Parts: sequence; structure tokens; C-alpha cells
Amino acid sequence: MELNSKIPSGPIQDKWDSHKFNLKLINPANKRKYQVIVVGSGLAGASAAATLAELGYDVKCFCFQDSPRRAHSIAAQGGINAAKNYQNDGDSIYRLFYDTVKGGDFRSREANVYRLAQISVNIIDQAAAQGVPFAREYGGMLANRSFGGAQVSRTFYARGQTGQQLLLGAYSALSRMIAAGKVKMYPRTEMLDLVMVDGKARGIVTRDLTTGKIESHAGHAVVMATGGYSTVFYLSTNAMGCNVTANWRAHRKGAAFANPCYTQIHPTCIPVSGDHQSKLTLMSESLRNDGRIWVPKKKGDTRAAKDIPENERDYYLERLYPSFGNLAPRDLASRRAKDMCDLGQGVGATGLGVYLDFSDAMKRDGEATISEKYGNLFDMYERITGENPYRQPMRIFPAPHYTMGGLWVDYNLMSTIPGLHVLGEANFSDHGANRLGASALMQGLADGYFVIPYTIGDYLAREELKDVSPSDSEFIETEKQVRQKIDRLLSIDGTRTVDSFHRELGRIMWNHCGMARTDKGLKEALVKIPELRDEFWNNVRVLGEGSDLNQSLEKAGRVADFLEFAELMCHDALTRAESCGGHFREEHQTEDGEAKRNDEEYSHVSAWEFTGVGSTPKLHKENLEFENVKLATRSYK
Amino acid sequence: MKLTLHVWRQKSTSQKGAFETHVMDSVSPDMSFLEMLDELNQALITNGKEPVAFDHDCREGICGSCGVVINGRPHGPQRATTACQLHMRSYQDGQEIWVEPWRASAFPVVKDLMVDRTSFDRIIQSGGFISVRTGSAPDANEIPVPKVDADKAFDAAACIGCGACVAACPNASAMLFTAAKVSHMGLLPQGQPEREQRVLSMVSTMDEEGFGSCTNHKECQEACPKEISIDYISRMNRDYVCASKNKG
Ligand SMILES: Cc1cc2nc3c(=O)[nH]c(=O)nc-3n(C[C@H](O)[C@H](O)[C@H](O)COP(=O)(O)OP(=O)(O)OC[C@H]3O[C@@H](n4cnc5c(N)ncnc54)[C@H](O)[C@@H]3O)c2cc1C
Ligand code: FES
Repeated sequence: MELNSKIPSGPIQDKWDSHKFNLKLINPANKRKYQVIVVGSGLAGASAAATLAELGYDVKCFCFQDSPRRAHSIAAQGGINAAKNYQNDGDSIYRLFYDTVKGGDFRSREANVYRLAQISVNIIDQAAAQGVPFAREYGGMLANRSFGGAQVSRTFYARGQTGQQLLLGAYSALSRMIAAGKVKMYPRTEMLDLVMVDGKARGIVTRDLTTGKIESHAGHAVVMATGGYSTVFYLSTNAMGCNVTANWRAHRKGAAFANPCYTQIHPTCIPVSGDHQSKLTLMSESLRNDGRIWVPKKKGDTRAAKDIPENERDYYLERLYPSFGNLAPRDLASRRAKDMCDLGQGVGATGLGVYLDFSDAMKRDGEATISEKYGNLFDMYERITGENPYRQPMRIFPAPHYTMGGLWVDYNLMSTIPGLHVLGEANFSDHGANRLGASALMQGLADGYFVIPYTIGDYLAREELKDVSPSDSEFIETEKQVRQKIDRLLSIDGTRTVDSFHRELGRIMWNHCGMARTDKGLKEALVKIPELRDEFWNNVRVLGEGSDLNQSLEKAGRVADFLEFAELMCHDALTRAESCGGHFREEHQTEDGEAKRNDEEYSHVSAWEFTGVGSTPKLHKENLEFENVKLATRSYK
Repeated sequence: MKLTLHVWRQKSTSQKGAFETHVMDSVSPDMSFLEMLDELNQALITNGKEPVAFDHDCREGICGSCGVVINGRPHGPQRATTACQLHMRSYQDGQEIWVEPWRASAFPVVKDLMVDRTSFDRIIQSGGFISVRTGSAPDANEIPVPKVDADKAFDAAACIGCGACVAACPNASAMLFTAAKVSHMGLLPQGQPEREQRVLSMVSTMDEEGFGSCTNHKECQEACPKEISIDYISRMNRDYVCASKNKG
């Protein structure tokens, strides 16, 4: 397996422009002869499908929800970054680039990040023109806020529903192309495998989730924008349907999986309330702009928050990070919360929580101002917990939220499989070991609106692609394998539900490959996961038929893939014997508990090659060069 | 808590459905309504019975996937709350709960509590967009939008497309859904060039899809988890009349 990142030469600010000029073009009249398969209709998939169709390609788009508008991107709350510098506060493309490389703890590719920062400005223009109702100032201009620890205000937002509004924008563009007959949309359709012909990605096999029909789709290129895999932890902030299946199937066919262990644990989520819990709800990070985080100084203090006097509270983030305070980056804020709970200072019935307190902000700005800013979030909190955050502090705890890892892609967003392009959260490209707040929406839309439309043309123009069709043997063989897996799942008829396996896997991953990882714990997980996988294949109970709408069967297929993928995550975490960003190895920390990177040995992307289920995957390294940003210890003190 | 649950079971669109009764012995008040259904499903599978099919994804009240009628009310009793955000502390020990799918001929039942809402997508496809090719947009601040207009547009754009408005309406009308999109775009300067064409096509698609007409019951506004106001319906009606006149 060869990892050629195809980073263009030249000064960083010119790379993308010169690359675009060097890319081959396809004559407008010829574009419609090319079929492009887009899997996913989130920000990345919908923007790609719409834009490719506008250019003239013949596009098919797939999602498992009943409508493309319901992709998980819809849930993003806080905002989207762009280096517009509308606030005149010193932002620039270079600063956004710099912040993103530093925030990613120097584990991302400079060239990709620079391009992302450049494109960020076009995204806002595009979205505003589509009618995305961004927040405005009284003069009619766009408003911004500072988000996720940035020292400039570069985040554009639409109340607490930025993802929803951006996705509805992309969905409207996609709908326009569906109406024009340029995109054929397949909702409630799940990709279950990738079809390779002559070593290239040439199609997919899908299951119609309503009728159970297995079908093949052939094309000249495949674009996967299938999102992240935080649900490997069972409990996460992600939507219930998020999964790793498309990525994993492609990985099994030869696509390298990069940095699978880089997971972001978000510090501000509502704590678990009981065993029935099916998912965790994120409280937007923007709350940290006004809320103060604290725990009682005394261990096991059971007094109500209001009865704990000021001098008996530990505002630990303000204490530890005086210049960033409550806005310290996500990974730090999460780990410090865990530390406090480990010390016995956690709050709430389970002791797994810290306070996020708005009383000072309400005293300063008035309840009305706070309500205007965060009213919807306060209401949501009350709905879920039955507690009123205007009267008592919120309780929060970290939860898995975003996966920086994903399929390895080159500068053109193509995986190690020719013709398979990967966009959005599904790829690994831009966030290194830790993603900054409001940067995922930016990346998904950058990939879909402004990168893939250029780079896919170059691939199609350069490659000799023979005609293929679903009746070819490669398609029929792949379909057969998909059917066999389904039949096997249905025939086990064991005693345990799919969910019970998913929960157990989630617990293993949270305990051993979660916020803090150790050599010992990871090795333990590598014993437990195969055992659980064996039990799954002998004892899972999936009722009903394959030729019908069958939600247990859908879940079973996804959990089966998680049970293979989880091992890869642990291998990756085990071999990366350093701490960086979202990957924290307890053996590698400074005296005061901060992550200790090892640039000498680990300044690389770990790209893994599949070698068979249960067999140790093969590691390939892409070295990261830092020519523009000086490697430094990330300090937020 | 102990609850008696009557759940609608229907194998497919063409088959007839019926209520099935289950007694749940230990429901926690901290569970969401969907988590209560998860528990029911775990028990059903353990007893060799097929679980109840229902749509859901985000479980945060934003994707619009979930949607069931609970004791006659879409999304249940709590104002401005989707079924996934409704918590069992809204119910009392010993209560009986009836759960059924949206009922509307434009939303055929797919299975159990799941319905086919692709008619909503087709309404959007007929005009719920601003035609702007990727790359052709001017600088975002070149189109100033007064804050009041932006806020009003946002209130309409908050629609999650769940279909509760249709389920609540005695005529199964999709006026609130359609009006929300027409108004979101019609209130913004970017939406002006296509404003008349948009309202004409979307209303006509809405009719073709078999949604009923609006006779002012206001049930849609009551049921809407995003509290979208029926004022947008009046606004759409005015736009429609105006556009029809201009078209002649
Ligand atoms: C609660 C929450 C809040 C967030 N807030 C922010 C924020 O404020 N700012 C920010 O920048 N980021 C935020 N994020 C992160 C961000 O929302 C996501 O990273 C981003 O939206 C992912 O977009 P995507 O297009 O890559 O994938 P998704 O939106 O997840 O879309 C995946 C698509 O792939 C489809 N799919 C997946 N598998 C298959 C398959 N096998 N077959 C067919 N279709 C398939 C799905 O149907 C879906 O259409 C947040 C995330 C969460 C969970
Ligand atoms: S599951 Fe998304 S709105 Fe209820």
C-alpha cells in the first residue's frame, strides 16, 4: 500500500490555486456521461451531490434516513468558522489555519488545513445566498461569536441550530437538482458494500430498508460522506443511526483507515441518568462563554449547589488555565472534569458530573439576556433532566462526540482505493488529533461544495474507465456476500439482543479506549472485543425477515462491523505511545497531567491496512512536515 | 411506574393494522418516551416477538424523524416537545397510553409506527430553494438583511419536517409545513426573484400529493414542536393570491 498525499509544491498560500489550475477538466457536454455515486446526504454528501449535479454529472445519492434532510449534520448547534474577519479583530486565513493546526495538536496536514481556511470564506457566501438565516446585527450584517476557545470572533451561527440551517441549505440545493432530474435520490437505502472492478471503486451494493431488496449501483466513481463513528461507544452525542459500516466495508476492500483512535470527547453533555440511557445530549459549547464550571472542594459533598459557599467551590478551569479559563479546549476541559470526578468531587446522584453555573452571568447581564442567548438550550436541559438551569446550575459530563479519524485520503480527497473519495467526518483529513469547535461544519461543506467538484474531474479525466454494469460478475459476487451475511445474522437465533451487545462493546471502549488510555487497558480490550464478537456471532437474536423492513437486522449489521472496527481503534491507540489531542495515554503526561507529545517518533499519520478479521492490521505511516507552523507544546495556561 | 401500552402494529402499507397491548412494569420517570419503547422492544425480542418499528435518529428534537400520536396528540402532551424529548415523568403510575402512527393519506404507514413522508420532500423539490449555483454567490455581507426579517425568517426555517402539523389537522393539511418554507425564503431578499413561482408550485404540489385544505382549526400550531405560527399560513395565502393575479 502506498501513501502518496499528493500535496502540491510551492508556498502554502499558492498550493490550492496552482493545483486547481493543474487539474484536468472535463468538457461540460461530457460530464453527463459520468455517473457518480454519493453515499450520504449530510453537509458533505448533500453539498457534493448538489454541486456535482450542477456541473453536469449524473449523480445518485443515498442515505439511510427517510429523507436526506435528516442526516446527522442537522444536530450541530454552535456554529461554523470562517476567516472573514468581519469583526476586524485580527482574524485572517493564516490565523484560522494556525489555530486549526495547533488545536489539532500538530497531527494534521498543513496543506489541507490551509486550503480549508481559504475556502471557509466562500462557504459563508454560498450559505447566505441560499437563504441560510444566520444571526444578524441590527445593521443587517452578519453576526459572529467566539467559540471553542478561539480568541477571535469568527464563528457564524443560526441560533443554536446552525447545523440544521446549513443542512437545510444544502438539502434545498440537492432538492433543486433532484427536481431537475440530475440527482436520483435513494432515501431509506443503506450501502452494505463497495464494489471493486480492476482495483477501482466502481459501485456499491445497497439494501432498500423498506423492502429489504439487495441491489447494485454502478458508477465511474464513488464518493462516501457517511459521517463519524462515535456510536462505537454506544452512548455518544451522535444520532442513533450513525455507524462505521460504509467506512469499514471500504476498509476491508483496501482503503486505509487513518488515526482511528483520535476521538473527541465533548465536555458539555448532560450526564447519564440510568441504564435505560440510549444517547447523550450535547449542551452547546457556547454555554461556556457565560457559564462557570466548578465542583465542591470537599469530596462527596451532597449539599445543594446553592448551599455551597463561594470559598468552598473549585472553579478548576479558571484556576488551571487562567488565560482561557472556562473556554479551555475540549480535550482539556473533558479530562479535567474526569479528574475532578475521579477525585470524588463530582456532583449529581452518580458523582459523574460537574456544575456549569450561570448565576454570575445572570447577575451581570440579567436573566433576559442570558435567556435570549441560550433560552432554547436551557429549555432542552429542563426537558431532559426536569431541573431548571435558571434556578440551579446545570450538571454536565464529557461524552464521545466526534471522530477525527477516518478513511485516509490524499489532497484530492481520494482514498487508497482509486475512485473512492471520502468527505466530511468520514475522512481523517483536517483536524489532526483534536477538532476545534465549529470546524466540522466548515470541513464538510468545504469538501462537498469546493474541493471534490474540482478533484473528481481530474480523476475521471485521467483514468481509463471501462463500462461496467450491475450484471458484471464483481457486482453479483459482492451481492452474494451481502446476502450471506444477512442470512447468517438471521439464522443464529441466540438469546441476546443486538442492543445488549452494542452496550457491552460501548462499555469496553469507554473504559479502555475512552478519555484516558493505558497500555494495560488497551491490551485488555483487545482480548475482550474478539470474545464479544464471537459471542455475537453465536448468540445474537435477530428476529423477522431480510425481505422486509427490519430495524433489528439493520442494527445487527452495524454492530457486527463495530465489533471488528473496535479492535482497530485499540490497536491504533496502543501503538501511538504518546498523548496528543483527543488521544490521551496515561503513561505519557507531564507532571501536572497535561498531554505529552512525542514528535520525534509520532509526527505521522497512522494509516492501517486490513489483513483479515482478528488478525493484526498493518501500519503504514505518512510523515507530517511542518514548514509553516512551528511545532510547539500546546499551552493554554 | 407501571404503564399499560396500546401500540399500533401493522405489518406493511397494504395490510390492516391493530392495537396490541403490553404492560410495562418498571418504567423510570427519567426515560424518554422512545427509551420506553426501546425497553418494550428488548422485552419483545427476548420473548421471541418482533419489535415495534418506529422512526428516530437524533433523539434531540431536531432531525424530525420521530413522530407518533400519543393518546390522540402528535408527539404527546408536552408543548414544543418531540416524542424523543418527551420524558416519562409526564406520566403517572398506572396510566394507559395509546401510541399510533401519523394518520394521513399523504403519509401511508410503512410499518407499525413508521410512515412515508416523502411527499414533504417533493413539496420542497417543487420550489423550496433559492437557485444559486455553488460558487456564484456574492460576499455574504453584500446582501444586508434587517435583523427583524432575519429573525422572522428563522422562526419559519426552524421547521423540522416531522409532519405533526399534518397529523394534528382534521383535514390532514400540509399548509403549516409549506407556509413555513415559503415564508422563510419569501422574507429574505435572496428569496425575492423566485418568490411568486415558488409559492405557486409548492402549493400545487401540496394539493397533488393529497394533503387536505386548511379550514382554520389551528391544531397544527398547537402540535408543532417548533411552535411555528399559523401567521405564516396567512402570509402564504397573501403571496399565493398575489402571485396568481400577476400570473393572470
Ligand atoms: C450534537 C452535535 C453538535 C455538533 N455541533 C457542531 C457545531 O456546532 N459545529 C461544527 O462544526 N460541528 C458540530 N458537530 C459535528 C458535525 O455536526 C458533524 O461532524 C458533521 O455534521 C458531519 O457531517 P457529514 O456530512 O460528514 O456526516 P453526517 O451528517 O453524519 O451524514 C452522514 C450521511 O451518511 C449517510 N450514511 C451513513 N452510512 C450510510 C450507509 N451505510 N449507507 C447509506 N447512507 C449512509 C447518512 O444517512 C447521512 O446522510 C456536532 C455534532 C454533534 C453530534
Ligand atoms: S429523533 Fe430526531 S427529532 Fe426526534
